[in-house]
Amino acid sequence: MEKELNTDNKVGKAENDGGKLSSRREFLKWSSAAALTAFAFGSLNPETLSAKTAFLGLPIDDDKAGVVDVGKGDIGILNFVYANEQLEAAFYTQVIATPYAGMTSEDRAILTDIRDNEVAHREFFRAQLGKKAIPNLQVNFTSINFNSRQSVLQTAQMFEDNGTAALNGGGQLLKNPLFLLIAGKLVSVEARHAAILRDLQRPMSAYFSGDDITDPATGLDPARTPAQALAVIKPFVVTPVSIARLPQPKA
Amino acid sequence: MENNNLPLLESVEPDYINEMTARREPIEQAKNMAGATATTIIAFGALAGAAFGQDKKLPGKIVDVLNFALTLEFLEDEFYRTALGSSGLIPAETRDVFGQISKHETAHVNLLRSVLGSKAVAKPNFDFTAGGAFADVFRNYQTFLAVSQAFEDTGVRAYKGQAGNLKSNDMILTTALRIHSVEARHAAMVRHIRGETPWIVGDSRGTLPAPTQPVYNGDGNTKQGTVNVATLPGLSDKIASQAFDEPLSKDEVLAIAGLFIRK
Repeated sequence: MEKELNTDNKVGKAENDGGKLSSRREFLKWSSAAALTAFAFGSLNPETLSAKTAFLGLPIDDDKAGVVDVGKGDIGILNFVYANEQLEAAFYTQVIATPYAGMTSEDRAILTDIRDNEVAHREFFRAQLGKKAIPNLQVNFTSINFNSRQSVLQTAQMFEDNGTAALNGGGQLLKNPLFLLIAGKLVSVEARHAAILRDLQRPMSAYFSGDDITDPATGLDPARTPAQALAVIKPFVVTPVSIARLPQPKA
Repeated sequence: MENNNLPLLESVEPDYINEMTARREPIEQAKNMAGATATTIIAFGALAGAAFGQDKKLPGKIVDVLNFALTLEFLEDEFYRTALGSSGLIPAETRDVFGQISKHETAHVNLLRSVLGSKAVAKPNFDFTAGGAFADVFRNYQTFLAVSQAFEDTGVRAYKGQAGNLKSNDMILTTALRIHSVEARHAAMVRHIRGETPWIVGDSRGTLPAPTQPVYNGDGNTKQGTVNVATLPGLSDKIASQAFDEPLSKDEVLAIAGLFIRK
């Protein structure tokens, strides 16, 4: 089923992938599919799930000490993007499962589309990376008030602005032009998300591409290194993620 | 830093990020010192020129891509400045939006010209009515919005299609990507104003007139890498297409932009 990436990259296989991890990933895969099915049929009441376990209904990882190393080279960068997509997909899944008070039909339509897009990104990386994919990450959304429109939209905007900047900065780290193209296909969709999430907060203003994010002198969005982008999402990711072997500034 | 004779896959140097970071600091310093926007752009251009080896030789392939981008930015910049100057066209409700977009397009023109220096192409003469197809573009707000959306969605696809051609120069590639995501913000916002989804669904032009269809052709693609995303669990053609934006080739873009350029 899983297709291997055809890459010139020298990384043979995910180094963190011992037999134990493999079987654990199989379990995680199975449980996430089961949880999705359960969600679809309404047999899981989202309100009875804690924010911590709500991510695809996964159990708390009993291997907390295990650091997830995204790897090196192109595969490492793709896995790092995959980590971001996992986080975003989990976030919007929760947003739609437990809508904030007074969610309008317009808000719901936009947030549902964004959830679908992030799930598509996550599932693409899971399928494309195959055996080289990092396992599912545990997330922690306890700092987010999912009943508050402001809390949800601010968090969403932060994730999207960060995802856009991470892909802008990550492009030059990729060696394979095919992967660069795929990153380009993703980043403009993330930027579209960021723009509309900003507009929902300050409608019909300059904020959709505001001077706080797009440099008014050059008209450029930011580009962030993997380390800078990881720092932004770290408070929401329980699983320790190592990007030590990625191409990145040494100091 | 010059390594353009190497194949693409071998052209990324291990220390390029350090190079980039080392050069960003003086840029930040220049920005802090510069009082005026123009000064900042000149400072950036001078630094960028040095970083790209403009003083010696900017590779022809990169010059071509940047001039292609500059042509599109000229188009957008003049379009929005003309629209904002057309009394009664843009209502008060969206003037801040289009003022922001216009500001960015002007900045993109200045940035690209400063990088290209003497190699920059001249601004073409534009016909924003496209030979009469959009005759009231600066008198009818809806026509203006339609052309705006077509320009922005085209711009996103155009930059995306050229990223691979900039791989030999990390700083130029990153700069192009940083423009690309801003064009995507613009596109999303204009689409939203027009009542469209902020993202492109399938290859649909939505409520845009038929002449804009080439802007959307091919965007319904659902295959990424070796994966048909539409067949993955819980997904569909609709979701798989809207979740990924597709590139346009230079020729495809020029066929669209050419409608607005006087021969």
